[in-house]
Amino acid sequence: MASTQLSATRRRRATWVPYLPYLIPGVIAFVLVIGYPLVMNIYYSLFKWKGGLAPMRWYGLGNYADLMADEAFWTSFRNSISMVVAMVIVPALVGLVLAAVLFDYLGRRFGPKVASVLRATYYLPQILPVAVAGVVWNWILNAQDGAVNVLLTNLGVADPPDWLGSPQLAMPSVMLVLIWVQIGYPVVIFMAALQRVDPELYEAAELDGAGWWARLRAITLPQIKPETFVVALTCTVAALKVFAPVYVLTRGGPEGTTLVPSYYSFLNFFDKSKVGYGAAIATVLTIVIIVVAGVILRFQGRAERREQEGR
Amino acid sequence: MSAATTARPAQQSADVPVRKADARLHRGVGRWFVLALAGLFALGMLAPFVIMAMNAFKSAADYSQNGPLSLPTEIYTTGLVNFWTRTNFPVKLFNSILISGLVAVFGTLLSLVTAYAIGIGRIKGRVWIVAVFLIANMLPQEAIIYPLFTMANAVGLSNSQWSVIIIFTVIQSAFGIYLLSSVMGTFPVELLEAAALDGAGRFRILWSVVYPILRPTLGVLMVFFFIWTWNEFFIPLVMLTSNDTQTVPIALASLQGDRMMDAPTTNAGALVSLLPALVFFLIFQRTLTRGVTAGSVK
Repeated sequence: MASTQLSATRRRRATWVPYLPYLIPGVIAFVLVIGYPLVMNIYYSLFKWKGGLAPMRWYGLGNYADLMADEAFWTSFRNSISMVVAMVIVPALVGLVLAAVLFDYLGRRFGPKVASVLRATYYLPQILPVAVAGVVWNWILNAQDGAVNVLLTNLGVADPPDWLGSPQLAMPSVMLVLIWVQIGYPVVIFMAALQRVDPELYEAAELDGAGWWARLRAITLPQIKPETFVVALTCTVAALKVFAPVYVLTRGGPEGTTLVPSYYSFLNFFDKSKVGYGAAIATVLTIVIIVVAGVILRFQGRAERREQEGR
Repeated sequence: MSAATTARPAQQSADVPVRKADARLHRGVGRWFVLALAGLFALGMLAPFVIMAMNAFKSAADYSQNGPLSLPTEIYTTGLVNFWTRTNFPVKLFNSILISGLVAVFGTLLSLVTAYAIGIGRIKGRVWIVAVFLIANMLPQEAIIYPLFTMANAVGLSNSQWSVIIIFTVIQSAFGIYLLSSVMGTFPVELLEAAALDGAGRFRILWSVVYPILRPTLGVLMVFFFIWTWNEFFIPLVMLTSNDTQTVPIALASLQGDRMMDAPTTNAGALVSLLPALVFFLIFQRTLTRGVTAGSVK
C-alpha cells in the first residue's frame, strides 16, 4: 500500500514538474523587480543614510523609534483615514445609490441607453491621468483666479476662501477631488453586479408590495456582496497608497494638513535625503496595507462561509 | 445592457400583471424628477472638463480681463502652442506611447506564460504563489522605489524608459497572472487531453489551444495595462529625470507653478494630456466595461 501511494504521488508530481520552465521567467522577474528591492528597502531602513555614495551608518531600529515620536508621521496616517473616507466609504455609498437608480429605476423607465450614457459620464474622471485631474483642480480651486472663487465673487461673496491654502479647508478640498475621481468605479462595478441578480427576485418582491428601499436592502445588498468586497479591498489599498493627487494639489501642505504616508516617505527619500527614514515609513505603510487587506479578505471569507452554511 | 436584453423575452412571455406593471413604469412625473437629479449629477461631474475646455483656447489678455467663467471671445491657440513647444510635447507623447504600449504587450505575455504554469500546469503550492503575486500588486511603490533607483543606476538604466518598462511589466502582470490563472483553472480538461493525445507538446498547447481561447481576455488585459501605465505617476516621476525621457503626466505636473504657465497654457496642456486617454477609452469602451467586471466576480 505504501508503495502504491508513493508511485501515485510520483505520478502526480510528474504532471506538474514539466510546467516549471513556464513559471521561471515570472519568478525571476518578480524576485528582481519586487522581492529584492522590498528586502533592500527594509535593510536601508536600519541605517542612517543620505543616499548615493554617502556612508551608511547602522542605526538598528532607531528610525522606527524616531517615527513613533514624529508628529508628522502620525498626522500622515491620520490623514489616511480621511483618504479612506474620500476614496472608499463615500464613493461606495453614493455609487451604490447611483448604480441602483440607473439600473433599477432610470434604466427601466427610460431605456438602457440613458443609463449607459449616464454611467459613462460618471466613469469619465477614472480614465484620465490622476495627475492631470489634479493640475486642473489645482487651478479651479486657486484662491485668486480659480473658477470656484471667481464664481463666488460674482455671486457677491466678499472674501472667498483659499481652498487648498488654508489648513482647515485643504483636506476637505482634496477629499472632494478624490470623491470626484473615484465615484465612477463603484458605479460601474455595482451596475455589472446588478445585472447578475435574477430579475424575478425583484418582480416577486414588487408583487409582494416591497418598495424600492425594501428591495435594495433585502435583495440588492445581499446579492452584490462579492462586488462590495472587491470595491472595499481595491479602493482601501488605493486610498492608503494615494500619492499623485496630493503631489499636484497641495504637496502635503499647508502645515502638513494633507500629508499622507506615501508622500512623507517620498519627501524623506528625495527631498530631505533621509533615505533610511523614508525606507522606514515605506516599510510601515507596507505592513499596514497588508494587515488591512488581510482583515478585509478575512471578512470576505467569513461572509462566504456563512452564505454556504445558510444554503 | 445584457440584463435588458435578457429581461425582454421574459416580459413578453409573461402575461397581464407584468405588462400592467410595465405600463405603469412609463407614467408619472416622479421619473422625470429622478432623471433630472441624475442628469444634474452628471453635469457636476462634467463641469471641470467644460471649464477646462472653455479656458484652453483663450488669449492671456482675454483670460485676465474676463476671468475663467466666460466663453472665449475668439479661439486662440497660443496656450496650446506654448505648452506644445515648452514641453516638446511630441517627445512626451512618444515616450508615453512607447512605455505604455510595450508594457501592455510584455505584461500580457508574462501573465499568459506564468499563468499557464499555475492554472493549467497546476504547479504545487500555486495558491501561495498567486497570493504572493497579489501582495506584490498591493505594495506601495515607495517600498521598492529607492532600491530600484539604485539598481537602475548600477546597470546603466538611470533615466531610461527601459527601466520604467521593465518595472511596470512586472507590476501590471501581477494582476494579469491572478486573473488569468483563475480563468485557466476552469479550462475544460478534455480539450487539453485531446490536444495532448494528438501529440501536441506543452508549448504547442499554449499557442494553439489556450491562447486562441483566451484572446478576448488578453485583449482586455492589454487595454488595462496600457491605460494603467499611461496614468502612472510616481515611478516615472522618480525614474525619468530629464526632458527627453519624461511621460505626458509628468510633463504637465512639472510645469505646475512655473511663472510662464498662465491659466490658458495650463488648461491647454491638461486638455492635450487627457485627449489620448480619452480617445483610447472611446475606442475600447466596450472591451473596457467588460474588463472592469471581469476581475470582480470570483
